[in-house]
Amino acid sequence: MPEYSWPPADERWRIGRSTRRVDGPVKSAGAAEYTYDVNLYGLLHAKMLTCPHAHARIVSIDTSAAEQMDGVRVVHVIQGAGTEIQWASDEIASVAAETEEIAREALAAIKVQYEVLSHFLDGDDRNAPGAQPAQAETVGDPDAGLSSADKVSQGHYGLPLISHCCMEAHGTVAYWEDDQHLVVYESTQGVSVIPGQFAEALEIPAANVRVLCQHMGGGFGSKFSADRWGIECARLAKMAKRPVKLMLDRNAEMQVAGGRPSAYADVKVGAKSSGEITAWTSESWGTGGPSGAGSPPLPYVFEIPDRRHQHTSVPTNTGPSRAWRAPNHPQACLITMAALEDAAAAISMDPLDFFLKNIKMTGKLSDTYAEELKLGADLIGWKQRWKPRGQNGDGTIKRGLGLSLHTWGGRGHASNCELVINPDSSVEVRLGSQDLGTGTRTVIATVVADAFGLDVKDITVRIGDSRFPQSGASGGSTTVGGVGSSSRRASELALEAFRPKIAEELQAKPEDLEFINHRVQVQTDPSRYLSWKEATGLLGATPISVLGRNPGPGHLIDSGVGGIQMADVSVDTETGRVRINKIVAVQDCGLIIDMLTARSQVFGAMIMGVTYALMEERYMDPITGRLLNDDMEFYKLAGIGDIGDLVVHMMTGPGYDERGVIGLGEPPVISPGAAISNAVANATGVRVPYLPLTPARVLETLEKGGAA
Amino acid sequence: MPKDKKPEQNGSGLSRRDFFRSGTAGAVSAALISQQDGLARSEAGTQILGPGKIPIELSINGKIRRLEVEPRVTLLDALRDVLDLTGTKKVCDRGTCGACTVLMDEKPVYSCSVLAIEASGRQIVTIEGLGTPEKMHPIQQAFVDNDAQQCGFCTPGFVVASKAFLDRNPNPTVEEIERGLGGNFCRCGTYIGIRAAILEAAGKGGHHA
Repeated sequence: MPEYSWPPADERWRIGRSTRRVDGPVKSAGAAEYTYDVNLYGLLHAKMLTCPHAHARIVSIDTSAAEQMDGVRVVHVIQGAGTEIQWASDEIASVAAETEEIAREALAAIKVQYEVLSHFLDGDDRNAPGAQPAQAETVGDPDAGLSSADKVSQGHYGLPLISHCCMEAHGTVAYWEDDQHLVVYESTQGVSVIPGQFAEALEIPAANVRVLCQHMGGGFGSKFSADRWGIECARLAKMAKRPVKLMLDRNAEMQVAGGRPSAYADVKVGAKSSGEITAWTSESWGTGGPSGAGSPPLPYVFEIPDRRHQHTSVPTNTGPSRAWRAPNHPQACLITMAALEDAAAAISMDPLDFFLKNIKMTGKLSDTYAEELKLGADLIGWKQRWKPRGQNGDGTIKRGLGLSLHTWGGRGHASNCELVINPDSSVEVRLGSQDLGTGTRTVIATVVADAFGLDVKDITVRIGDSRFPQSGASGGSTTVGGVGSSSRRASELALEAFRPKIAEELQAKPEDLEFINHRVQVQTDPSRYLSWKEATGLLGATPISVLGRNPGPGHLIDSGVGGIQMADVSVDTETGRVRINKIVAVQDCGLIIDMLTARSQVFGAMIMGVTYALMEERYMDPITGRLLNDDMEFYKLAGIGDIGDLVVHMMTGPGYDERGVIGLGEPPVISPGAAISNAVANATGVRVPYLPLTPARVLETLEKGGAA
Repeated sequence: MPKDKKPEQNGSGLSRRDFFRSGTAGAVSAALISQQDGLARSEAGTQILGPGKIPIELSINGKIRRLEVEPRVTLLDALRDVLDLTGTKKVCDRGTCGACTVLMDEKPVYSCSVLAIEASGRQIVTIEGLGTPEKMHPIQQAFVDNDAQQCGFCTPGFVVASKAFLDRNPNPTVEEIERGLGGNFCRCGTYIGIRAAILEAAGKGGHHA
């Protein structure tokens, strides 16, 4: 059996380099086919009627007029009379028609009577009726810890519910091969996991459902489910006996297809004048819709020995939350890092020194954090440029620095990789995985090419089909570890089967062969070699076909990364405008398979972080309970001119590589909110308690002198 | 083609398409739209088009395409749903995000905010008209080389907008790029790569990794 390990640095042929992503050309040329782009012969377009009230009971539905309209093929009631609706924009009925325009007209012709019920929207009201306080969790003696402090810093912090706002809306194209066999094109993060969801809802065997997703336009945690609209699309297709496309409209996408829960907290931090943290207490609350919000892990990263945390979940009549890149971590990070930075300011200490003073509280990653903080400080010029609050400029523009730490697990998920070496020299791998834009195809091809001494372009990677060997959903930064390991094991298994055939030809021992630069050569005498093509010719008519799995033998993956970010901002105290000058990210993720897409992940996370730090917020209409900014004009995203200068430093080499592969999608999105908030506090001398740091909030805080 | 027939309103208030009919947008094709605008006070001899399908000719990527669309159909929907040119993406559908950007007479426009009938007689270039995966336009190549894409859904719009931008401004500064590409959004956060790609396409180098 192969020993299953990653090659040491001097034997890596393709791993760790920067490879252009293999699906780059089709994407740049507009030739990549997304679910939204699937146009099948006879395709019908479906749209859904949604509830205009945040809380209501359906009294009656009359679809007769819609059914009579030209071009309408199916009208279907999703939630019938008597149903209690818990959030605005919940789905009531659907129409499949010849064109999208006709479908919309038909929706307008459906008459629904509602009994409007009272709704509750305010996730920042922990005393709301229906709020669910949990028991406090106490470690050590936080009250004694606060009493022993030289200063107790007290603060209020929070960040609102935000939308995922995927560029490609959630949606489905479905058709039936016969009344028992369904084919679904789905914009999904889980090709292998959603067939069962369709099967259960439609009462057919899971084996009869095929899910396809070659490319998908963003998920960020919101696309793990078949969803009601996916099931509805399949139902309409069955009723119409035609293929049906049902993509969410942008306003529905903003309201019901993804929300990151809000979190608010009152925090006390005790600290000695020397900088030692003596205690933490926090009460937090928040909402993610009808089921409230989970408890953010407070205090975050720093395991303060004497601490207490209590959380209250607040259910509201808003669209249900979904996992959002590093669930609960950005919230916990903002609350913790802001409270600690305020504590450092209270004892007049540089927060970098304060964090380093207490770095042992971060546990087994403390050496990593310490190393990263020093690197980050050099990259942003912290020691030369950091000044205490109140000393950051005499004019109206104040400039400041802020920092933050974060962590994430990222252990590779279960994955199966089928690998075939064909006698004509071609190599094909098949996995029931998906590429969210993270570079999954590129990573798989890199792993296999590295083992075989081939180029990345020589490997044909087939993913995005539930008929391929099952692989996990892409969430929690688990994909690179999962597919990387199953591909590595498949490669080693294939070579184990291949070596004896080549060894015989070269009159060498199988274990003395090495695969490099498109040839197989004898390690001790490289003049004895076969080209890869000659070697595969030895296979005759029988390809080598193997299945690599994760988990499996050997050490290929690990869990637990640490990263730090530092932000440099300017705040215009007359307009309240916050500008990003620079953000530095220093990130560990174990062994890096492809440097280019890894760096792109970190850049992307930082930009998403700038967006939620400065812009993103849902504005709800208290009267109707509807989302007011349900479009991309008033739901703000950062543009290319809003991000400043971004610097990424990846931790690689001894101490990092040997840990094996660890996921990267979530960690770097956790810290930007906290680092930017801390930089604004440092610049202005006052803490703006809530994200996003909009001009209005900054000005309001400045006016109040920083009172939360 | 029905004439002298008032398009039916669906009674749900003013829709985006009604807004276009109202003729307040300056760039609309006057011959078609002002007639729609004048429905209630139409003068003798004016020709009313729609609401049913009407035949139009569009010049797309140098080829004449004949199709039948209702006057309310946007250029974006005509491209995607009628002509199966799906490289042009539908994201916000309200003239904000730029994912549907095409060139109309060499100017970048949001095709979600142009009616197909308005595009008649104009030279339309879509992402498919710039290059293919096998034979990419230099800007497309620069996007690949600088990893200026992740999920890729905003990418075609950015590439087309970059083409229009560089045509007008072949030697841009970073600041000019940030202003010039301000009409497009990306959710994955590929702006660093896009900045580098445009600089490279302009012949200034700019690999970010």
